[in-house]
Amino acid sequence: MNHSADRSQSTYLTGFVLAVLLTAIPFALVWGGLLVGPAVYAVIAVAAVLQVIVHLVFFLHIDLKSTPVENLFFLVFAAVLIFIMVGGSLWIMMDLHHRMQ
Amino acid sequence: MLGRLTIEALPFYSWVAMGGAAVTVGGGIAVFLLITWLRAWKVLWTDWLTSVDHKKIGIMYVVLALVMLVRGFVDALMMRAQQAFSLNTEGYLPPEHFEQIFSSHGTIMIFFVAMPFLTGLINIIVPQQIGARDVAFPFLNSVSLWMTAAGAGLVLISLVVGKFSQAGWTGYPPYSGVEYSPGVGVDYWLWALITSGVGSTLSGINFIVTIVKNRCPGMTFMRMPMFTWTSLCASILIAFAFPALTVVAGQLMLDRTLGFHFFTNGDGGNMMMFANLLWIWGHPEVYILVLPAFGIFSEVVATFSRKRLFGYTSLVYATACIALLSFTVWLHHFFTMGSSADVNAIFGIATMIIAVPTGVKIFDWLFTMYKGRIEFHPSMVYTIGFMVTFVIGGVTGVLLAIPPADYLMHNSTFLVAHFHNMLIPGALFGYFAGLNYWFPKALGFKLDTKWGIRSFWCWIIGFYLAFMPLYVLGFKGMSRRMEHYADPSWQPYLIVAGIGALFVLCGIACIAIQLYVSAKTWGSARDITGDPWNGRTLEWATSSPPAAYNFAVLPEVTDIDAFHDMKILGQAYQTPQHYEDIVMPKNTWVGLALGALAFGLGFAFVWHIWWLVALCFVLSLVCVAIRASDDNSDFVLPAAEVARIERERLAEISPADLHDMRDFVPRGVASGAPLTGTV
Repeated sequence: MNHSADRSQSTYLTGFVLAVLLTAIPFALVWGGLLVGPAVYAVIAVAAVLQVIVHLVFFLHIDLKSTPVENLFFLVFAAVLIFIMVGGSLWIMMDLHHRMQ
Repeated sequence: MLGRLTIEALPFYSWVAMGGAAVTVGGGIAVFLLITWLRAWKVLWTDWLTSVDHKKIGIMYVVLALVMLVRGFVDALMMRAQQAFSLNTEGYLPPEHFEQIFSSHGTIMIFFVAMPFLTGLINIIVPQQIGARDVAFPFLNSVSLWMTAAGAGLVLISLVVGKFSQAGWTGYPPYSGVEYSPGVGVDYWLWALITSGVGSTLSGINFIVTIVKNRCPGMTFMRMPMFTWTSLCASILIAFAFPALTVVAGQLMLDRTLGFHFFTNGDGGNMMMFANLLWIWGHPEVYILVLPAFGIFSEVVATFSRKRLFGYTSLVYATACIALLSFTVWLHHFFTMGSSADVNAIFGIATMIIAVPTGVKIFDWLFTMYKGRIEFHPSMVYTIGFMVTFVIGGVTGVLLAIPPADYLMHNSTFLVAHFHNMLIPGALFGYFAGLNYWFPKALGFKLDTKWGIRSFWCWIIGFYLAFMPLYVLGFKGMSRRMEHYADPSWQPYLIVAGIGALFVLCGIACIAIQLYVSAKTWGSARDITGDPWNGRTLEWATSSPPAAYNFAVLPEVTDIDAFHDMKILGQAYQTPQHYEDIVMPKNTWVGLALGALAFGLGFAFVWHIWWLVALCFVLSLVCVAIRASDDNSDFVLPAAEVARIERERLAEISPADLHDMRDFVPRGVASGAPLTGTV
């Protein structure tokens, strides 16, 4: 019991540090003006996706072995839907943008 | 002190507005006096408003839906009356009033009729169908109800204080932006959407967890009743689609209130993104409304054809397919926004594909009826009316899915006719079928069938008269939402549509009379066995109305149509070996308080009363803290009390009340003898 409590405390701490880092990097880039142009967006997007994964793994303790299949199913379904919604929106709006030029 | 709320917000500027306000206020006072006269305040508070029982919450949802249906229908009647007479004249409604009416009609019918109606039916029935004692989160259920009611309250009060949105139920910017709609109307619309949207999202999550986690032993996914399946898929759609609505409404609210530029033309905003995000929610929403109705039709058609549902597995897969595909078609709501041919073609094809699983369902229901002993109960009659009428709407939908054709017909009354043709038979008839079918389960007595059949005929005749002319008018080039027009050849069609609306009025009156007559003679129509229609699924195994815990002993399931099998095997209505203590959630006022505070918060935001916004927000946090630190939220119903309730119930049932199941025993084709192992 003690052992698992220790382990969970250390995972929370690892998660917290990673989450802070992944928040600090985009802020620093924009605030300090270290990067400009599309590269900023790319870094922010990557940091955001990594942030989601950090939350799922370290805070919600989701892994492929012990998590029930239903929960993984809903997670995969959510990923598919996010892909459809975000990808579809980007495609539609870029297409409109292109045609307005 | 009161923000932009002044005495001028009261509707003394026009007779029509004053009439609407008078009816709203008068209705409120009448209800207040009636409850006082009946001395029902205490009962209302302890048994209903503070209840966390899923059945009572469900009933309150349905009551909310029926009240709002009347309000939304009055809007429809006023529009039809205006258009029937306004050839080359202003008619009786000034444009800004007409615009408020079509905006509130759409908003009310989608958010405060269809959504609460289906949420109510799911609440009452799904836990019983899966053999559960309650939903997974009973308190959250109460919060959802009161958030939805708060949204409805905001729409209703906009009739008395200030004005409602004039930007249509979809509220596209730039017209709904602060530059072109500076008043409070759009803010009322936004806050009604945000508040009720939060309620719906929470309900969706609650139902998903209930269905995934709370099923009784043996109830595998492929043994769940069809209504539970469609409710599960609709709940998944709610949980994933409603955040898009909340986000888009929140962004427009920020644009309007704090000067953001998400959807304005300057500063990098893009109003086209609004249409995109709104319909990312909006298209799944259509299936959220329709899928539970499909589930109701499946239950009704099997019960009243006295046959097992045909193609259960294909119905499950069709439902799941529709649920996924519904997220891939949203662009067909704005084909004309200017996307390239590639984009339009892909979304057009996806739209046509979605008609395939829906077609599968229609055939499954037809084959269920084939060679069945069909009984024309009102719910079955609504189901047949749906099948005939819905197919017409499906055909016009596939026509609209062709982008070049859509360029001709978008924004015309053809479109208006099409989506009413999907939602009235597809969703509303389903809910009415559910009302007639499950009413005895919810309240313990059957509804009058004579008035049920009459309401059906009024509705279906009214529907055809009201919307078939709109298809023709769309081909003749009439736009939707016209306050007046100059083409005399349109008027005859609009007069017929107006007559159709009068038939629908009769249909609503028939439902009111049906409820009144049934309530008056309820003693003679009591449902003693809990199974008035010889039903097949588990909800009929409980008493009518069910005890607070639904099932004294959780049932065990070995096949679909669990209760039907229990009756054949003689396992129904048996006294179990022993009863156990049951842990039940206590009633709480916190859900109601959170709803009231959400209403206050929305109202304060609409009128920019910032101190009230802060006060409501802080009080909400206090309520949540009180609830979260309450460790005493359950109580134990002792086994002796359960035994007493069950004994009284079983003592009332005499063998003559039970259905004769001999005809339903499976028999060998050659011998005609009952198959071994079935009796």
